[in-house]
Amino acid sequence: MHTIPLDYETLRVIWWALLGVLLSGFAVMGGMDLGVGTLLPFAAKTDEERRLLINLSGPTWEGNQVWLVLGGGAIFAAWPVIYAVSFSGFYLAMIAILLALILRPVGFKFRGKVADPRWRTAWDWALFIGGFVPSLIFGVAVGNAVLGVPFNFDDSLRASYSGNFFQLLTPFALLAGLLSLAMLVTQGATIIAMRTRGPVAERARRYGGMAAFATAVLFILGGLACLLLVKGYVILDGAAVNGPSNPMHKTVDVITGAWMYNYASYPVLLLVPGLAVAGSVVAWLGLRYRRGVLGLIGSSLAIVGIIASVGVSMFPFILPSSLDPRASLTVWDASSSQLTLFIMLLVTVVFMPIILAYTAWVYRVMRGPVTADGLSRNPNAY
Amino acid sequence: MPDPIVVELSRLQFAATAMYHFLFVPLTLGLSVVIAIMESVYVMTGREVWRKATLFWGTLFGVNFAMGVATGIVMEFQFGMNWSYYSQYVGDVFGAPLAIEGLMAFFLEATFIGLFFFGWDRLPKVGHLVVTWLVALGANFSALWILIANGWMQNPVGAALNPDTMRMEVYDFMAVIFNPVGQAKFVHTVSAGYVTGSMFVLAISALFLLQKRHRDIALRSMVVAASFGLAAALSVVVLGDESGYLTTQDQKMKLAAMENMDVTEPAPASFTLFAFPTGNGQTVEIRVPWVLGLISTRSLDKEVPGIADLVDGAEARIRNGIVAYKALAAIKLNPQDAGARATFAASSKDFGYALLLKQFRPDVENATAAEIRGAAEYTVPDRWPLFWSFRLMVGIGFLLIAFFAYWFWQASRQRLEARRWALWLAVAALPLPWLAIEGGWFLAEFGRQPWVVEGVLPTFYAASGLHLWDLVISLGFYVTLYTVLAVIMVWLMVRIVKAGPGNKFALSPDAGEPTGTPELEIQPAE
Repeated sequence: MHTIPLDYETLRVIWWALLGVLLSGFAVMGGMDLGVGTLLPFAAKTDEERRLLINLSGPTWEGNQVWLVLGGGAIFAAWPVIYAVSFSGFYLAMIAILLALILRPVGFKFRGKVADPRWRTAWDWALFIGGFVPSLIFGVAVGNAVLGVPFNFDDSLRASYSGNFFQLLTPFALLAGLLSLAMLVTQGATIIAMRTRGPVAERARRYGGMAAFATAVLFILGGLACLLLVKGYVILDGAAVNGPSNPMHKTVDVITGAWMYNYASYPVLLLVPGLAVAGSVVAWLGLRYRRGVLGLIGSSLAIVGIIASVGVSMFPFILPSSLDPRASLTVWDASSSQLTLFIMLLVTVVFMPIILAYTAWVYRVMRGPVTADGLSRNPNAY
Repeated sequence: MPDPIVVELSRLQFAATAMYHFLFVPLTLGLSVVIAIMESVYVMTGREVWRKATLFWGTLFGVNFAMGVATGIVMEFQFGMNWSYYSQYVGDVFGAPLAIEGLMAFFLEATFIGLFFFGWDRLPKVGHLVVTWLVALGANFSALWILIANGWMQNPVGAALNPDTMRMEVYDFMAVIFNPVGQAKFVHTVSAGYVTGSMFVLAISALFLLQKRHRDIALRSMVVAASFGLAAALSVVVLGDESGYLTTQDQKMKLAAMENMDVTEPAPASFTLFAFPTGNGQTVEIRVPWVLGLISTRSLDKEVPGIADLVDGAEARIRNGIVAYKALAAIKLNPQDAGARATFAASSKDFGYALLLKQFRPDVENATAAEIRGAAEYTVPDRWPLFWSFRLMVGIGFLLIAFFAYWFWQASRQRLEARRWALWLAVAALPLPWLAIEGGWFLAEFGRQPWVVEGVLPTFYAASGLHLWDLVISLGFYVTLYTVLAVIMVWLMVRIVKAGPGNKFALSPDAGEPTGTPELEIQPAE
């Protein structure tokens, strides 16, 4: 056997944080392209305008989407039971996301290859669906995780899920869905405002400002709902932070407002939701006063703040069970083995800086405004 | 236990989406390297024709790559969606290579692919060449990690069942990475991808020569494709033989089933070239003495076990698995029971065999002798689909060696255009690598049945507890969307080939038909 230089508890907390990093990575990087997709029919009216937006995302969207693929792989590797229960439980919602995501690569690549306006309009809609549907459903899924999901385990730890697609659409989950949509539209708008000129940028600023405002309002409403209406989960006993990953050894209580308990214990954590609101305000200011970089930074910080708020509020829960609260999946009982967490951490520590470095380099090469003139010079442009 | 019809539909959906995805992956693997070779020649010689060739094949590559990305994201998620018990039971082992694939390979490939298309006028020549090679490298690394994951499903090394968490956990990560089955699959699969890429370039170039268009690019492309294709075709067969050898060691049942070998023959076993069922339980066969024994055991004295002996072996393992199953129940009652833990440790390697009984009854420990026998016989996969998919793959493999050898020979004599009928044959041969590849994938995965992880977890036990309607809806969506996309993709590729190298494709509605559009020069930065 290997000796593992980090204890199980530390590794579990690190991987909980890394899960947040990867989801934020996708929301910040991939969120730009999802937001651009959602805004495509609204911010760009003519074929030339739409080509500006499509070629804004074109060179980098594939790399950005890998954050999502990696997020899926990392949940599988580090939190296998969460991957298993959530992906099968949200089956039809996941299918809707996948079908929307399938449309994106072909939309980007195929649209520009034929001049017929009907062809191009069809792919514009495909790209809109590819941006709008995942933006909304990711939020609905997170909203359901906050509320708790109806699953339980039998004695071989086989999960059964007893909900259906329509039961996902509760008012709170829809609020979370709209929040996610507003947040990603803001992100898309800030990059459009930063990298295009003229009427497209103007429209993006207008819609982005509205979306930034909506992000702040919906986030605060969600927080109030968690304080006053939503049932939170609390571990009573039986959770061994270094114990084997078996969720059935603990007891759990369900109390309205319990998702706020971590803030009561550690008031400094209120900085996290504070970041979400402040980031939205900065994004709004950046869009309003034409400070492109400031808008993007504000919007990105808002995304990080919103995702981190969900994590911090629920800690140590990741996926609570509304059907059998004992079966709730937490940081202490849903992870991979200590060895797998450690090896995956090593690989991440080695490769993440390399990934960030070459991604930054690619963005540097592609820097500068996207213009119709620039597109006409590249025969590979979309 | 999931509903049997849900299991069947989940299998069908996984097979359909994986095999569809696998139409694009091999071409990405092969074409990325072919393009990188062509661009290398361009950078070394500075000759414009090679840049044109790189751009033209790059356009087709892009269309194919988009389809690969679109269908690949489904693969990453559907383990959890349709195979949730599998994901939870083996995620500790199987998830890691998938995540490493993202970190090490797919990020590289997907980040630089954009620069491949958009970086021509923003990068110096050598800089762009490096980008192209990084895309090819990323694609190939990607295959490595996916096949390490798949290799573990065929030969689950380095992990054991943990009774406290009820799942497989890694104890030797190096064994998982250097799993000989995964490594052999990797070289076999990427070689097959190189053959596919070469065939694609060779067939389309042959069409250009027949049509007497773009002769300069077609001739050069054919030289690259013929030489790279010949090397790859040889490597597929030689390394495929390694796969066969390993199958004998780790998956004896797969081998016996694909050889339709009921009883163990005295060594060295003969190879069945063809066999047809006659309807009364008998078969008509043509057998070649010694060959199976030679290729699968590399000896004249080792036996290749037949199905009947293997079923007896499975029965013994089921009985031992029941011992593990009972010990596990005792551990659940009293986690401190040292005796039960010792018994479990000694017998847990056969625990998966006890799970085969779950299809008959939930209380595995009370299984009757008839049920145990039934479960043992259930370990035999359907042999005829395996028998024929194997022969399809191997037959095409040998044919393609001859095919590429011919074109290599013609290329070295500079007589590529000598025979029009040969050029027509080259065009007609285009689908062959895909047939062989899909046959090979089917053989590997269907031959592993009834296991999702060989000897560890039965397929029927690994599926999610979804409803029939979930599967009907998802399968309906996939079939519809994938069919529409396939039609559009083929139409688009035909259009690009018709337009030919040097023509840009309609970039704006007023640009007219692509064939009439003059080439738009791009100036690579110096």
